[in-house]
Amino acid sequence: MINFIADLGAIAVGKLVRIGEALLMLLQALVVRPKVSSFSRLIQQLYVVGVQSLIIMLVSALFIGMVLGLQGYTLLSAYGSEQAVGQMVALTLVRELSPVVAALLFAGRAGSALTAEIGLMKATEQLASLEMFGIDPLHRIVAPRFWAGMISLPLLVAIFSLVGIYGGHLVAVDWLGVYSGSYWGNMQQAVDFNEDVLNGMIKAFVFAFLISWTALYQGYSCTPTSQGISAATTRTVVYSSLAILGFDFILTALMFGGTV
Amino acid sequence: MRKRWLELSVGLMIVAGVSALIALALQVSGGNMSRNTQNYAITALFENAAGLGPKAKVTMAGVTVGEVVAVGIDPNALMAQVQMEIYGQVDYLSIDTSASILTSGLLGEKYVGLTVGAEDDVLVDGDVIEDTQSALVLEELIGQFLLNFGDNT
Repeated sequence: MINFIADLGAIAVGKLVRIGEALLMLLQALVVRPKVSSFSRLIQQLYVVGVQSLIIMLVSALFIGMVLGLQGYTLLSAYGSEQAVGQMVALTLVRELSPVVAALLFAGRAGSALTAEIGLMKATEQLASLEMFGIDPLHRIVAPRFWAGMISLPLLVAIFSLVGIYGGHLVAVDWLGVYSGSYWGNMQQAVDFNEDVLNGMIKAFVFAFLISWTALYQGYSCTPTSQGISAATTRTVVYSSLAILGFDFILTALMFGGTV
Repeated sequence: MRKRWLELSVGLMIVAGVSALIALALQVSGGNMSRNTQNYAITALFENAAGLGPKAKVTMAGVTVGEVVAVGIDPNALMAQVQMEIYGQVDYLSIDTSASILTSGLLGEKYVGLTVGAEDDVLVDGDVIEDTQSALVLEELIGQFLLNFGDNT
């Protein structure tokens, strides 16, 4: 029994140490005066992390919007209020679905790639050789990738919401014949910019932080073998997905829990 | 050339993201901003505020002129105290304005309807509307109807 409790304590302490290490890594990487030359590395990473995730975001946003339009129409037309479909699609997307789905896709598309890339750099001792040159790999490698994630995910979430709403419009208005004016009108009445859109963007920033942080730390601290890299990549996707869903509940409870 | 294309695509993504956010602001939320500093607050006491909640509409002649901020109990009058925020540009509600709780449709949401009176003085921030008409509670109505029905036979 005593042993069991001691083991439990050891696990907890180990986890806490890992979190502390990750936090220190992030602080060391970010607390630095930005140089002009680091800007071009940021652009490079924005391309890899952001632009290359655009296609998957656009396609899934379109389909999610279309499914919401279809489901909303079937459900609401049973009560004769299919005009409310625009409001339903917009609120679902802006408040919940765009930040969460975009973040999950981002973790799978960009987070795993970040971990694998940095893990391989570590395994092939590129990080060590950077240090030999007197260049801090945290500033050179980790920082631009972190900022690229923080900048691109919120942008992707905004695009995701908009494309999803137009996907819903395509199904509900163009195919199923809901009046376009009531689609937009009901939506504009129900959606509040500060309360809904901005809160969704806050979620996007929190998720971007969680994903970038997890991915970079897992890559930076992985065992430098092929199994180590594959395990770290898996952990990135699993941990960041769990963190996204858990924090989404907490943020939702904080933002919308008290209003009704 | 490759570097140029890279910068171009990143720039395009940023432009697309920012314009998507602007489109969300204008097209989707219709420029709705909560908490306009120009708004002013008025309070109304109702016998029964059944089903009215925060964010419910306040209308005048069917047009939205504000929203309900909070619903509580006034401990002195033991009545429902409904705090409303009226848009700043609607500054012509006379002091004998009456408020009633209405329902949009049979099962629709509750909202407050204001009917302007004849006085020249207007309501300002912090004023209380005295002349109110409570929510129509369907259960009470049915109860009364059954009671009358029972008396007649």
